[in-house]
Order: sequence, then C-alpha cells, then structure tokens
Amino acid sequence: MQIFHCPFCGPRPDAEFHYAGDADKPRPARDCSDEEWARYLLMRANARGVARELWVHRAGCGRWIVLARDTVSHEIGGSEPLNP
Amino acid sequence: MSTSRRLPAGGEIDRSRPLNFSFDGRALSGYAGDTVASALLASGVQVLARSFKYHRPRGLLGVDHEEPNAILDLRLGARHDPNARATLEPLAEGLQLSSVHALGTAGRDLLAVLDRGARFIPAAFYYKTFMWPHWHVYEGMIRRLAGLGRVDARSRAQAAPHRHLAVDLCVVGAGAAGLAAARGAVAAGRSVLLVEQRTRVGGALLWRDATVEGEPGSRWAGRVAAGLEAAGARVLAGTAAVGLYDHNAVVLHERGPDGGRIWQVRAREIVLTTGAIERPLLFGDNDRPGVMLADAALEYLRRYAVVAGERIVFATGNDTTYVAAQAFAAAGARCTIVDSRTGSPAQDAARAAGIEVVAGARVERALGRGRVEGARLASGATLSADLLAVSGGWTPLIHLYCQARGRPRWDEERGTLLPGEPVAGLRVAGAAGGARSLAEALAAGAHAGTGGGRVEIPDCDDRPFDWGGPPDTRMAFGERRAWVDLQNDVTAKDVALAVRENFRAVEHLKRYTTLGMASDQGRTSNVNGLALLAERTGRTLAQAGVTTFRPPFLPVSLAAVAGTQRGELQAPLRRLPAEEVHRAEGAELREYGDTLRPAAYGTSHDALLRECRAARERCVILDASSLGKIEVQGPDAAALLDFVFYTRLSNLAPGRLRYALALAESGAIFDDGVVLRVAAEHFVVSCSSSHVRAMTAHLEEWREDRFDLSRVFVHDATPQWATMAISGPQSRRVLEALALGVDLDDAAFPHMSAHDGVFAGRRARIARVSFTGERSYEVSVPAGLAAELWRRARAAGAEPLGVEALGALRCEKGFILVGVETDGETMPHDIGMGRARETRTDAYLGDRSLFTPAACRSGRRQLVGVAAASAAPLPVGAHALSRAGGRRRSVGWVTSSHPSAALGRPVALAMIEDGASRHGEELEFEHFGAMHRGTLVAPCFLDPSGARLNV
Repeated sequence: MQIFHCPFCGPRPDAEFHYAGDADKPRPARDCSDEEWARYLLMRANARGVARELWVHRAGCGRWIVLARDTVSHEIGGSEPLNP
Repeated sequence: MSTSRRLPAGGEIDRSRPLNFSFDGRALSGYAGDTVASALLASGVQVLARSFKYHRPRGLLGVDHEEPNAILDLRLGARHDPNARATLEPLAEGLQLSSVHALGTAGRDLLAVLDRGARFIPAAFYYKTFMWPHWHVYEGMIRRLAGLGRVDARSRAQAAPHRHLAVDLCVVGAGAAGLAAARGAVAAGRSVLLVEQRTRVGGALLWRDATVEGEPGSRWAGRVAAGLEAAGARVLAGTAAVGLYDHNAVVLHERGPDGGRIWQVRAREIVLTTGAIERPLLFGDNDRPGVMLADAALEYLRRYAVVAGERIVFATGNDTTYVAAQAFAAAGARCTIVDSRTGSPAQDAARAAGIEVVAGARVERALGRGRVEGARLASGATLSADLLAVSGGWTPLIHLYCQARGRPRWDEERGTLLPGEPVAGLRVAGAAGGARSLAEALAAGAHAGTGGGRVEIPDCDDRPFDWGGPPDTRMAFGERRAWVDLQNDVTAKDVALAVRENFRAVEHLKRYTTLGMASDQGRTSNVNGLALLAERTGRTLAQAGVTTFRPPFLPVSLAAVAGTQRGELQAPLRRLPAEEVHRAEGAELREYGDTLRPAAYGTSHDALLRECRAARERCVILDASSLGKIEVQGPDAAALLDFVFYTRLSNLAPGRLRYALALAESGAIFDDGVVLRVAAEHFVVSCSSSHVRAMTAHLEEWREDRFDLSRVFVHDATPQWATMAISGPQSRRVLEALALGVDLDDAAFPHMSAHDGVFAGRRARIARVSFTGERSYEVSVPAGLAAELWRRARAAGAEPLGVEALGALRCEKGFILVGVETDGETMPHDIGMGRARETRTDAYLGDRSLFTPAACRSGRRQLVGVAAASAAPLPVGAHALSRAGGRRRSVGWVTSSHPSAALGRPVALAMIEDGASRHGEELEFEHFGAMHRGTLVAPCFLDPSGARLNV
C-alpha cells in the first residue's frame, strides 16, 4: 500500500512494481573467486534504514528503476532509472 | 411475543413498516430501522448466545461493534452468514436467526454443564492437559466444542468489486468532531471523504441530549452531512475504516448483503474522530444477561425506543452515567444509581430529579441465574433489578492511530490510553483525542479539518464528558468469578493465574489467556485486563504497556476482500485464437500453464496412441500458438542474446534457426527454445508456452542492465501470431496444398531454416523446426487467421494432435521439457549440452555458476532414458534406488513416462546420478512402496540420427 515514485510515470501504487533485488551489485567477472561469486549470487544487504532497491514498473512503463526506500519508516526517497 | 419493551413513540424506527423474523424457531417482529439486536431486545429475548468456553448464557452487553456476545447464524434466502453480528446487522423481513455454539439453543444449552466444572478448566488448561501422547489426538473434539458458527460450504456470497478513491482528507467517524472537521475542510476547499461506521451520522449526538448551533444535535448532524454532500464531499455511512496502511492508505469496509464492499482510499491527510466506548465494571457474575453498558442502554432507548429494563440499577463511578439514568427515569423506569464516589454534584441533581443514589458503594455481584434479577453491594445490601447498567469509565478508539505506528500513552487523569506523539499526516480529535466536553470536541474537530487557517467552530450548550478515571478493580476477585473478556471467557482469576505462572508481559498475557483476541479484539476488555495485570504485578498502568493493534479494526468478510477477483477473474486463462475450432473437433481442453489448450481430440482411451501413430505415419497438425514469439531487434540484438543465452546465437546465419538454452544466474536451466534470426539485426525467440512472460522479463532485465537502450528492443508479439505445427512424413504434401508461395524443396528450405510466405493475402512465416522428430513445418499467420489455417490444413489431410500425444512423441526423442525433466539444480552439462560451457569464454548469464565446486563434482543427476522391464510405463516420480553399503538411497527419479505407439513398449526419461555414464545398468525404481525395474539407456528411443526429419 506504499506509493513509489517512478522517474517516468510519477507517484504510483506499489502493486504496479515488482521487486528485483539490491541495487549497486556489480556482476563479477568470470575469473572471480567462488566466494566472490557466492556473495554476488546469494547474499543480500537486508538494510535496516535506507535501502537502494531495484524495482520494475511492470504494470506501468516497464522500466527498471533504483529506488531509495527506508525499510523501517517506509519513507520513499528518490528514484532514478537503472539505465538512464 | 409482543413488543412489550418498545415505547409507543420516538426513535429512528418506522412503525408503519413491521418486519417479521425468527430466532431459534420463534416468530418475532420488529420495525424497519431496527438492528437485529434492537429487535431481539424489544421482543424481550435476553439470552442470545452461549459463551465460548463455559457455555454460560449471554445477552447484549453493547450496541455496536464493541458487542462481544451477540453473534448469530443468519439466513435470508440464499444468503448464509454463520457469524452475523446482531448489533451491526439491519433487521430484514424473513430473517432466520439461530444461536451458534450451543447444543440445542442459546436458551437451553446442554453444554451448560461445562460451567459447573469451570474451576477445573482455567486459562491454559488445554495446553497443560492434552499433552499425551499428542495434542492432535484431542484437537478435533475440542474444536467441535469451541468455535462459533459453522460455515455452509455451499454458500456462495458474490461480493462487489473494490472501489478506489483519492481525497485530500479522509475523516473517520461522523460524530460531532468528525462533522466539524469535514465541514471545516470543505470550507477550506479540500476534497473530503467522511466515513461513519453506524448507519447514520451524528455519533453520540444521536442518543445524548445536546444543542448545536441552536438545534437538537441529531438534527444538526443530519443538516451538516447533507450540506457536505451538496458541496461535493462524499459521506459513507454503514462503512468502517478497518485498516490504515503506509502512506495514508485507508481500507474501508462498506457493509451490505453478501459481504459488502472494500474501498481503497488514498488520503493526503486523515482525521480520526472515532469517539470512545464504555468499559464494563469488574464484579462477580458480571456476564449475566441483563448486564449492559449504560451508554448502550441509552442508545437502545433513544435510537430504537427500546426500554431495556423497568427496574434499573446503574453501577458507575462517573457523571456521564447520570445522563442515561435521567433519560430512563423520564421514560418511566425505576432507577437506582450505585456510585463508587461520594460528593459529586451530579448526585444531588439526580436525587432532586427523584432518582435514588447510593453513594460510596460498589456492586459486588450480579444476582440471578439465567438473567439478572438484582445486585448485591459490597455492603451486603441487595437491590432488585432487571437491568444492571454499568460504566467502568471510557476508552477512546485509537486503533487506527496505533495501526499507523502511533504509540499510545497512559493518561492518569482520564484513566485511559490516549494518542501519544503525533503521526505525520494523521490527526486525532474529539473523544478519540481525549476531549472533555462537546465544545472541546467540536473545536478540536474544526481545527483538525481545516489544518490551519481560519476556523469556524460550531457553538453548543456545554456538555462536559466525564472520563471516569482508571478501571476500578476492587470487586474483581470476589467469591464469584468476574469476567474481563466476555467473548473469550477470560476471568480476572485467569489473569491472576497467568501472572502467577510468570506471563507478566502484556503480549504473553494475551497469548496465554486469549484476552483481547477474536472478533471484538478486546474492545471492552483490553484496558480492564491491563489494569488487572498492573495490579497483580505491582506496576502502574503506564508501565504495563499495551498489545499491538493490527488491522482489521472490524471483521471483514472474505467475500468482500476477494471482491470480483475470484474464479476465472482471479487468474484469467489465456485462450487460443482457434479455440472454437478445437471444440468443434471434439478436443478435451485443459490448462497448461495459464493457457487453455487441447489435451487430446476425443475422449476415447486410445486417442493418445492414435494421434501418435498419425504423427509417425501420416501428418498431424498441432495448435502451437501459445509458443513464445519474442521479437529482439536492433544493432545490439545479437549481443543481448549472446549474453542471455547459453547457446551462442551471434554466429547464426539470417534465415536459420537454432535450439538454445538460457540459464539463470545460478547456472540452472531457465528455459529452452528455438531462436530464429530473421535478419542481421532481427531475431525471434520462440520459448516454452508457459515461460513467455518470464523470458520477456529476463531479456528486458539484462537489456536494461547492460545495453544501450536505443540499440536493442524487446517486444513480446506472441498474441499477435497463430502458429500451427504441421508434422509427419506427409507434411510436405499438406504444405504444398496450402500454397504459401514458398519453395519447399529441401535444398532451398532445409531443416532449421525459415521463409516468409503468404497465407490468405497476409504475411506468413514458415519455419522448419520439429518437436516430434518428424519432418515438420511451423506456420505462423496473423492471429485472426488461425481457424482458417487449421481448416485448410485439415482439408489437406492433416490430423489433429493434442498436447498429451505431443508429450509422448517428444519423450520418444528425448527432448526435454524445462521444469519437467529439469529443476532448479539442473545445469546444461547435466542434459548433455556441455559444449558451450567448454568453448565459450565471453560473458553469458550463469557462466560463473557452471564452474563452482558443486557444478563440477561427480554424482550430479544427469538425463537418461529408461527402458522399463515390464509392458506398463514406469510411474512418473518413481525413485531409483541404490543399495550401496547396505543402505537404501534415492539416486534420482523418473521425470516423464509414456506408452510409445511407434515402439510398442513404454519409454521414460529420468534424472539419475552419473546417469550419462551408466547406460546399460538395470536399476530398481520404487513408487509408494511398489517396486519396478528399468534399464538406463541413451535419452533417445527413436531415430537417433535424425533421418526422419527429411523423410
């Protein structure tokens, strides 16, 4: 029941969006260690407070966005396109 | 029964419209405007229900949502509600009501004997007693004894669709403060929604005397509400705000037959003017029918003209009760007030009006067995009474404030929990905010509504509101049990027991005793329970804390929550464009993923084998329209596909197709499909039918993540195309008959290539790709031509093929189905597709996961064929057993198994540990205790060289 700000469509109900994991997770190159790959693949930041999350505006413009969302207060900060 | 308790005039009821109804088989009547509760009370029915645990007789304690006892089974025509709440249900002609949770009726309940053994079944009795050997041994019997109504599995309530609304201000509660707030907001030019739980606006103005802006309060309320609607505000009566969620989302439940309707409201600001409700007093047998909240008795009198008693004892410690006593005295009842205080000026005024007042006294217990016959005071004196009207002070309704993460604070002066720190976007006003008088409520409401700026406050006669102070627990532990929570049968002794057993935290107390649970959510019991907890643990009420308030504020029927999203509307099916043609052919349609497709044509047992034979011997046509057709176009299209697919696609020649696997980042097979390169910068991905949406999202995700968006585009064109797969040794002849304008010579049109053609004057795409192992052509035409294509292919000799037979044909060839053969651990080298893993050095999705220790170890489950030892197919899901080291262990399982028309014996595929290097080995397979045997073979039973593709 939250309102997310899509950089393309403006404020929209959260039900239109689909969660897609933590933002800012660069994909390691093939020659990385097993540990590094496991961290990329399996570990989540699970932030208490402001989290930068990837969301897809699936029932809207279809674009991927990075959203700053406070996981405690549920306040929504800024959002930006994943691929500007 | 006569309506003997009804006054000849007054109230909101319409005496010209009598309504007939029945309760436990007795014919009764009431009037339009009655609730079920007021009609039963007027008819003199005192026992409406039996209590949850002890089966004690219960009557009406309250008048609205706070009522804990009066839950009835209601039938009206096709409607059946097993948990109807008598106080919230409007009376209707022909209602059939019956008591629930009684062996017999509420009036004569054979289970009442349970109450005599009450001291053997205190709180947590079940937890402690029914332990050996296991709780589940007893659970069924105990649940039959407990519980309330019985759901009628045949009942099918059809609720209304949800409605959505966005407003500047949502005001919850249309009493004096709420009306003032809404009026102020409308005057300030804001869009306003005013929600009222009762069926009329006015709140306490409907039953307590007041003059506002020179007219009687109830008339003022009606006039203001009409003015609000005329000014464009929306007023929803009979509608409860049940939940308050993030970012000022308010969920409303509008009551109505068949479960009512859900409203989802988004408000810039919310004003809560939800009022306060009265608390019962704690004394012995305070649950007897005839013990009623004083303010509830007054509401029955004023709104429904029902005199709940003729000889009334009011038990109180506050001035507010005197208003009720005066009203009943004026209506002709004999009233006595038992007041725990001395020296209140209200006492003198009451005496002057001829009402007996016993000051400095407390009721110790109610007298009477099935119903109240009097009261015994702590002094030992007894008073006779047919109604014991009680007031233990007041509790503001701050549930929504707490749902919004507001933290209540204990207010010692009023003796109650009030809203603490303000919550952004939310204001609380009126009695809910602790107002001490009508004038204060109106002023607070008006201020909350305008949100600053000029405020017009309605004037009124001064009506002080006495909160009554903290709960009085002095009579809670007498020789008779005192009930705290009537709905869950929790007594003061149960609270004391919980504390003795060290359940001292308020949340523990709630769970151990069930205090404050169920449909009334402790409306009348929470604060009394807290007071007892505080007293028993030697803490103050402020230290005792509060339990968490969660939505919904009021029970909401599941039919309303579902709205119209049920049955086929809840999960709509995708349908093939030629569905009607398949029906006409006698197809049995089944759901595959989210698509309705023909399983087989005809219902006869041998339909599957007949269709398989036709495919291998002649020619068949399969409706493959649900297969994905995802367009990927642009200069970077090849690079995107190279990254997303495990199989390299950038070196595919235009006009050619390639079978390709896509992996998840975990290395597991995500999907398989056939990719066509139409032109250098134009690909079409034909993925599995049920993975089209996921595959499109997958492509889009990595396009967004890694590519210049102006250089590659992804578009799912699946619904625009109908695809018919025409397959079999005679398929080329059928294609020739269709005259698509394509050179069908194998040199010009080899296997795994595609050409554009023309069908019925429109563009068609013909691809040679085979899922059966036979020569095959997939013909795609605009979706509207699906039926036409099907008919013409049939006329040219193609026979229909269903999805089930296709499953058997592909199993003979060892072609996998993603999600059937594979699971979340299956990697490409497990199914014999390890080449790209060894040769590709560029980045592709899942690449690194294919080289982890887990991906490289031996003992991974690999795809094999299984030749069953017997003539019957192996059961799908049967486990292959190993007995190595004297220990039985599963080493894999059968994933697909079919009879084979071409081979005359069953074929099966399985995933078996190291299976690829174990061909020729015979294994035992176990399925639900039955043993089977099968030999591992290469996963292709027919035409391993692929010669039939060009027959």
